[in-house]
Amino acid sequence: MFKYLIPLALFLVLVVFLAVGLTRDPHEVPSPLINKAAPTFRLPQLKDPSKTFSADDMRGKVWILNVWASWCVSCRDEHPLLIEYARTGVVPIYGLNWKDKPQDAIGWLEDLGDPYVLSAADLDGRIAIDYGVYGAPETYLIDQSGTIRFKQIGPLTPDVWSGKILPMVQELNRQGTAR
Amino acid sequence: MIRSLLVLLLLGIVTPFAIAREAQPTGDDPAVEQRLHKLSQELRCLVCQNETLADSRADLAEDLRREIREQIKAGKSDKEIIEFLTARYGQFILYRPRVTPTTYLLWFGPFVLLLGGLFLLFNYIKQRRDLVSEKPLSADERRRAEELLASDSAKETT
Repeated sequence: MFKYLIPLALFLVLVVFLAVGLTRDPHEVPSPLINKAAPTFRLPQLKDPSKTFSADDMRGKVWILNVWASWCVSCRDEHPLLIEYARTGVVPIYGLNWKDKPQDAIGWLEDLGDPYVLSAADLDGRIAIDYGVYGAPETYLIDQSGTIRFKQIGPLTPDVWSGKILPMVQELNRQGTAR
Repeated sequence: MIRSLLVLLLLGIVTPFAIAREAQPTGDDPAVEQRLHKLSQELRCLVCQNETLADSRADLAEDLRREIREQIKAGKSDKEIIEFLTARYGQFILYRPRVTPTTYLLWFGPFVLLLGGLFLLFNYIKQRRDLVSEKPLSADERRRAEELLASDSAKETT
């Protein structure tokens, strides 16, 4: 009798593996950059190319770098959330405008609102390669020491924001003031 | 009939050239392009995932090819370039995953399964052979057989 249960048991194991596999998103590739130093860069600002923005300017602050582009459809979905989160003022959000035409990008921000403190223009996508960007939008949480603490691939969701990013921001700020 | 065969033959000769032309490297230095092509066939396009960097027409793939091309021209070795890419995109970008403890199952799992299968097959064959082969009767069995035969022949005589 037991002998006939073995194939059934194997089959159930297979079903469990496949079921778990189905719930995982193959587009979410674990980033090797988590807990590593955020790649440094100096790029012209989108709205005022005579000024630059560098990741080094943000030393000592907890901040968010959001990779976006006007040609990116999911960025449009994410946009209202970013506006809402920027309004709370919990953590400054900076934009990395990825392979975009500046006039398109500025137009996009004028139409939909600008959640970013400022956006840096990565016209040829070189800095995005340094950050391992492969699909906008992507969002990085960077701490006071310039270390990447969290990366969201794809649009932010309220769950990710309040469940992961906010607790980490609070924890980092607490550690920062205690130091 | 002969004419259609000729057409087919002609197509067979011409089409490989048509395909070859499309795949020709576009850059200026053929040696660099050849290395780029070879390298990018080992790399995954992260946007389309089941395409190599060499085959992909995604924007990001073009950027990455440009990056690789520049690094080749700057005299970087293949190993250094792959290191550069895995530091940013992780091992997922490699089509041939490295042999590390996390990929042992991936690399050696099929061989373990093969060995397991061979073991089961061997056991099964052995069992079958034992079933089929003729074994000499034990003393007990022989006595019973004789008894049966004796009672049978006794019946016949009556």
